[in-house]
Amino acid sequence: MTVYVKGVVFEGVDFDDPNSWKLDAYVARGGYAALKKILQTGMTQDEIIAEMKASSLRGRGGAGFPTGLKWSFMPRNFPGQKYLVCNTDEGEPGTFKDLDIIVNNPHALIEGMIIGGFAMGITVGYNYIHGEVFEAYERFEAALEEARAAGFLGDNILGTDFCFQLHGHHGYGAYICGEETALLESLEGKKGQPRFKPPFPASFGLYGKPTTINNTETFASVPYIIREGGQKFLELGKPNNGGTKLFSISGHVNRPGNYEIPLGTPFSELLEMAGGMRGGKKLKAVIPGGSSAPVLPADIMMDCTMDYDSIAKAGSMLGSGAVIVMDETVCMVKALERLSYFYFEESCGQCTPCREGTGWLYRVVHRIEHGQGRPEDLDLLLSVGANIAGRTICALGDAAVMPVQGMLKHFRAEFEHHIEHKHCIVPGY
Amino acid sequence: MLEIEIDGKKLTVPGGSTVMDAANSVGVHIPHFCYHKKLSIAANCRMCLVQVEKAPKPLPACATPVTDGMKVYTHSDMAVKAQKGVMEFLLINHPLDCPICDQGGECQLQDLAVGYGQSASRYEEEKRVVPNKNLGPLISTDMTRCIHCSRCVRFTEEIAGFQELGMPGRGEHTEVMSFIGKTVSSEISGNVIDLCPVGALTSKPFRYSARTWELSRRKSVSPHDGLGANLVVQVKDHRVKRVLPLENEAINECWLADRDRFSYEALNSEERLTRPLIKQGGVWQEADWQTALEYVANGLKDIVDAHGANSIAGVATEHATLEELYLLKQLFAGLGSQNVETRLRAADHGLKTVGATWLGQSIADLAASDAVLVIGSTLRKEQPLLAQRLRQAVKKGMKLSALNPHADDLLTTLAGQIVVRPDRMVEGVLSLIKAVAEAKNIAAVSQIDLAGVEVTDAARAIAASFDGKEKTAIVLGNIAQQNPRYAELHAAAAALAELTGATLGVLGTAANSVGAQLVGATGAGNVFAEPKKAYVLLNTEVEFDVADSLQALRAVQGAAMVVALSSFGSCALEHADVILPVSPFSETSGTFVNMEGKAQSFNGVVRPLGETRPAWKVFRVLGNLLGLAQFNFDSSEQVRDIALNGDVAARLSNALVTPLTIKPQAATGVVRLGEVPIYQADMLTRRAPALQATVDGAAAELKANGVTLARLGLTIGGKAVIRQGQGDAQLVVALDAGLADDVVRVPANHPLTRALGAFVGPVEVTQA
Repeated sequence: MTVYVKGVVFEGVDFDDPNSWKLDAYVARGGYAALKKILQTGMTQDEIIAEMKASSLRGRGGAGFPTGLKWSFMPRNFPGQKYLVCNTDEGEPGTFKDLDIIVNNPHALIEGMIIGGFAMGITVGYNYIHGEVFEAYERFEAALEEARAAGFLGDNILGTDFCFQLHGHHGYGAYICGEETALLESLEGKKGQPRFKPPFPASFGLYGKPTTINNTETFASVPYIIREGGQKFLELGKPNNGGTKLFSISGHVNRPGNYEIPLGTPFSELLEMAGGMRGGKKLKAVIPGGSSAPVLPADIMMDCTMDYDSIAKAGSMLGSGAVIVMDETVCMVKALERLSYFYFEESCGQCTPCREGTGWLYRVVHRIEHGQGRPEDLDLLLSVGANIAGRTICALGDAAVMPVQGMLKHFRAEFEHHIEHKHCIVPGY
Repeated sequence: MLEIEIDGKKLTVPGGSTVMDAANSVGVHIPHFCYHKKLSIAANCRMCLVQVEKAPKPLPACATPVTDGMKVYTHSDMAVKAQKGVMEFLLINHPLDCPICDQGGECQLQDLAVGYGQSASRYEEEKRVVPNKNLGPLISTDMTRCIHCSRCVRFTEEIAGFQELGMPGRGEHTEVMSFIGKTVSSEISGNVIDLCPVGALTSKPFRYSARTWELSRRKSVSPHDGLGANLVVQVKDHRVKRVLPLENEAINECWLADRDRFSYEALNSEERLTRPLIKQGGVWQEADWQTALEYVANGLKDIVDAHGANSIAGVATEHATLEELYLLKQLFAGLGSQNVETRLRAADHGLKTVGATWLGQSIADLAASDAVLVIGSTLRKEQPLLAQRLRQAVKKGMKLSALNPHADDLLTTLAGQIVVRPDRMVEGVLSLIKAVAEAKNIAAVSQIDLAGVEVTDAARAIAASFDGKEKTAIVLGNIAQQNPRYAELHAAAAALAELTGATLGVLGTAANSVGAQLVGATGAGNVFAEPKKAYVLLNTEVEFDVADSLQALRAVQGAAMVVALSSFGSCALEHADVILPVSPFSETSGTFVNMEGKAQSFNGVVRPLGETRPAWKVFRVLGNLLGLAQFNFDSSEQVRDIALNGDVAARLSNALVTPLTIKPQAATGVVRLGEVPIYQADMLTRRAPALQATVDGAAAELKANGVTLARLGLTIGGKAVIRQGQGDAQLVVALDAGLADDVVRVPANHPLTRALGAFVGPVEVTQA
């Protein structure tokens, strides 16, 4: 279920109309106007990037890096091929927003990428789509065909000498391929595992060429920013947290789904939009930004607004905007066991701390959950976690540690109870 | 240059250096596993994490570029904490079975665990177990010990040229393995054993035969190809137990070919002879050295007296030492004979050069060329490490081309490739000469008739790859040197080199090819064509070391006296009259002069087996018994100094004594391309069981392209009979799409093909 409240990505989309994703409908609601504006009014590359910077759009993939700044890193005059890559390898547990964009409004993404290509002097783009959502890949390919046929994509776009080729590529379901350099490796046909940085993709990316990588939602926000101006986008949200954002709400709410709302909306309002707590149960905790974000207890969460700065201040992160809501029936040990298992399974195995450490974390939590815990295990978890965090090639190691740290920070007593009594503090577990 | 500080030491390093490079340059050791100076950077082990001022997290020294003013702390609390953390992770799933691990005592994990590990483990879960893999007869696996550093994987891809090992699986399930059902079959595969920092990959032939600390390390030189790889021979109880590379950047870098590494098995073979033998009444009788040597001296003298000095011949291979060959030559000279020959696999002895043929430059200089053309060489099998070196050079921009009677993959990018019939190698070079002449607008080339020579696109591509390049080279390999028109081929290559400004080189076919020429142990030509009354064979097996083995065998069988100085029985036992057991390279001091003209002397690494004697001492005593002058040597060094006779460089030259006129010739009919398989090349490799069990050691096949197979009515996997002269052989048929039409590729000097004649020549092939 997708709910458009206010924003840019799904503006004008009719979720009940099966044809709303198509080119005609997109153009009818103002689609490709931004591209036309650029090509017909002679908007320059610098002007586009300035507009992006003014919008204060921050990367929607999870890291929240300012998009305009990232675009300005691309060596525009590099002689030779440069690449633009969209990261639709949406694999973070709890996140399902990019899937909805591709299915319901693929042309916003395509237009955003074409504009990005123009702004950075790039002529070839790829969209790497998660391997387990094949219908989304097919939808994207169909949309590409429409855009090519209409002259928005390909050679001599809209009769100008600007050319941009865009290709869809589906992965095979590895979480790690959402890490941008692992994505590039996979796109090149290699085993998807992250590269060490430096060099960064802006200088050594796909096939060793300068490459800019952005998230699906980021690109899909671009047409609005160009059409309406960066300032207007910024004003939708709050300072340093420009625009609106998609939140994927899952867990114990009455209406789980994607909600596009302004950044800075109080969490309590979002929870209300989602129909409140299922069965009238009490809110226990929220993972506010995808599975790797540290969990926050209900009281802290209810004081937060949904934006990068507020959540960071509360000790977690907005990440990809996946809000996992947990009610009072949830056993936090069991929840952490499941989270740790995910990172253990999805570690690429390339570098030592993550390959060995994620398995160690999972096995200890598994033991605690199964009544085999020892009092010293909790400090062991934190110590092992400290040896992983900040020592790995990519952020997966950190992502595996943050849930552990978050859980032990806010729910340590529950773990201690598990160890002492060999069963859960929560009835029914 | 950038100024930085490591552990308080100020230093300047070139831009582009990593912290690891900088630390190495001032002797600061940073612990590491995945980093290796010859491999790409992986940064996956994380052992080299160090503290860098202003960086919030520890950074991997191997992958962090140096910036100006950087301050690095390799042993600060932050660095050591990170390093110890990584060490703990590496150990939690490591079996810690050091007492039964062959790597024990030379294990990087073991060594670093002493400094960075703890005395007890905090890990109380079950350890990971990983199934072992079959990587072939050379590499033994204990994959549970693997720490996933990926050095072996990077080696096969980057150095050996083909990714035979990979790391499928994810996370803890990642395993190093070969392609399903395949082994690691690169000719330089054994290097992964050295690269493996733990006991996951160890030597299969060496497995469980000694602990490393029981072994003495002794320097030596490889007796195989013309490179002269430097060895560390490891010895226990007067037996060679293992061979490792001795790093020499100018020659073998830090690598060894599998042949260099594993041929030592032959040194301990059951076939080794330990006492002199004399055949009396058709029965072998053990004899003491005095009796045997007198028998030989008297026998040779009698035959020379009765039939003249031309009735005896001395035969050795180019794997013999300089000292041995010099004394053999002198012994025959003393008997009045010039019949000493070492170029046993040559079909054309007509080439006369000003000096000893050689690479024309150093190996390092060759690798620094801008363009190189290889003529007539299965380079990967003939000179495995040189092929590797050129592969690295191509990555740095060298244009490499090949002119061959086959299209064997060099596992690198070629700028151009010409494939010809083996009897039309000369015409292949002529087409290149014409392509260059056309490009340079040269009307005629002296001594060369280019009428009717066709210039192909491939020839133009190769010509273009040389155009405008400063430093270029043309090298002639084994196939070229064994060609029946070698003199013409060499002359044509010389003309092409002159035309392009390239340096002409000859790739020494064996460890001492250049040395053999320097002491004059060649020039007699084919000493089997007209059978002699007596032969002295020095570590030579006529069935396997001579081009026309059938002819050689008959000559030897018909001789009145055959003296075999041999380390091994078998072949010698069949047709010799006297066998003098002599030392292989490991049991004698000696010298090999490699292809770049570098004389490398070595000592024996073990004492001679039983009553075996170094051949140079045997010749020395024979000389005394024959009353020859100037045979009173006390050491091999004395022999060497006289044999080398001062400046070697001045006596190296590939220039022709007199110009040769070359005309293109036509050739038709089915022709044989005979080559010596890599592990049939010399008597040591032929007796190394592990090498024989590799893919390269597999049984001989008859290969041809699809058109030829169809024309001959042969089916792949079926059998064919090949007839050449008086002999024939029956072989399994295989496809080699890279051959020219009407060419059948049949190994030479192989047990299955020993009845066949010349390497290159007309043959009849039918279905069996």
